[in-house]
Amino acid sequence: MRYAMAIDTKKCVGCSDCVVACQTENNVPIGYCRDWIVEITEGVYPELRLENRSERCNHCESSPCVRCCPTGASHYAEGGVVLVTPEKCIGCGACITSCPYDARYPHPDGYVDKCTFCLHRVKDGLKPACVSVCPTKCMYFGDLDVPNSEISKILKIRKYKTLIPEAGTKPQLYFLE
Amino acid sequence: MKEEIFSSGRMNPMIDPTLHIWHWHIPVYLFLGGLAAGILFFAALYHILGKENEYKTAVKIAPFLVPFILVIGLGALFLDLSHKIYFWRLYTTIRLESPMSWGAWILMFITPLSIIWCAFNIRELFPKWDWKFKVVIRLEEFLRSYKTLLAWFMLVAAVILGVYTGILFSAFNARPLWNTSILGPLFLASGLSAGAAVIFLMSRSHKEKLLFAKIDLIVIGVELFLIVHLFMGLLASTQVQIDAAMLFLGGPYTASFWIFVVILGMLIPAILEILELRGAKIPGFIPAFLVLLGSLMFRFIFTYAGQFSSWTY
Repeated sequence: MRYAMAIDTKKCVGCSDCVVACQTENNVPIGYCRDWIVEITEGVYPELRLENRSERCNHCESSPCVRCCPTGASHYAEGGVVLVTPEKCIGCGACITSCPYDARYPHPDGYVDKCTFCLHRVKDGLKPACVSVCPTKCMYFGDLDVPNSEISKILKIRKYKTLIPEAGTKPQLYFLE
Repeated sequence: MKEEIFSSGRMNPMIDPTLHIWHWHIPVYLFLGGLAAGILFFAALYHILGKENEYKTAVKIAPFLVPFILVIGLGALFLDLSHKIYFWRLYTTIRLESPMSWGAWILMFITPLSIIWCAFNIRELFPKWDWKFKVVIRLEEFLRSYKTLLAWFMLVAAVILGVYTGILFSAFNARPLWNTSILGPLFLASGLSAGAAVIFLMSRSHKEKLLFAKIDLIVIGVELFLIVHLFMGLLASTQVQIDAAMLFLGGPYTASFWIFVVILGMLIPAILEILELRGAKIPGFIPAFLVLLGSLMFRFIFTYAGQFSSWTY
């Protein structure tokens, strides 16, 4: 099982609904966010190129955060999802420093917090909160090991990129181009 | 033109706009760790070489500082933790891939070792010292019969501790400035230099002072050599590492790095020590103090500059 997410940058309008849905679903403390929208504008008016990306933890297959955690609090859960066990986390900050995507933050309660791919929802057969609220249906979530899953099929027919693959972390967020 | 913005807004405390999760605690901890490693290294080395009476300060006196240095360092590390009541989790697991775990365990090993070393030499400071309890006397006698073996352990542990203070940084691929394995030997050299400076400050024997002034001079030479290689390596690497080197070559950390670390922390003490070895009368505390200051500033600047450097995408 290998959970992954694909985001269609051609469909995303950057409305930030995914960000709010995540904050609500996961009770993210005020002033923090587990996902965010990056808007890239290139060119000179009127010839502009726009890309919107809904970003979050890449749930890397070779995660530097899991590797550098001194207590084993950061770990791989089912489907390769990277999670933090609050009762094991000492808040040393090594994982935060090790993440090339700056996807983690220290929770006000002390432990380190991040996107969980809404594993609690996925286990119930639901989609992650961000995916399920997206008004343009630009996000796909599923199991890459199942050839017929929605995400496997979309990655077969569309061109995509991952973010900083050269960091060697094998990220699992795919951006359709 | 290219413009990148967080259109949803993102200002996670300590992460944005640039990473600043590690503050004064980490450089202080790394400085004290390196200093302790330096002192213990020379204590173990000159014991093994059989020169404990010749270089008494190095082998017998300076190590008394080490347990205090380590405890203050660990205190700084503890203050840095944001989920403090779970700190004991460090010692319920051994994770070989995690430098933090290596650090926690090596400190768990070297702190008691340094206390035992002090116990061997306690009569140097308090000639009438009496352990009072038979068990303690027997334990000391038992350990004393393995003193040279313990010295070897201490030598190796000191090198691991010194290298670890650099590897803690270089293991992070996400921070291009840190991601170079030369930081291991560089931080070890900086720790040895600080250790030599402290022994120099404490010593009252002219012969010992001369030896540690010479050692310091050699180690400073090694440090300068490694710093040149650090920049050669970064500048010959990928764009993110070139950008990282530029932080010190025209970027925001240029002045502080070259003035405090290289000029005040290495070049001036080296010149003063050369003059001193040639017979000029220079107050010994000046080069030693500058070396310690440079060593501390080196950690501070590297901690902050490293967090400033990142991948761009």
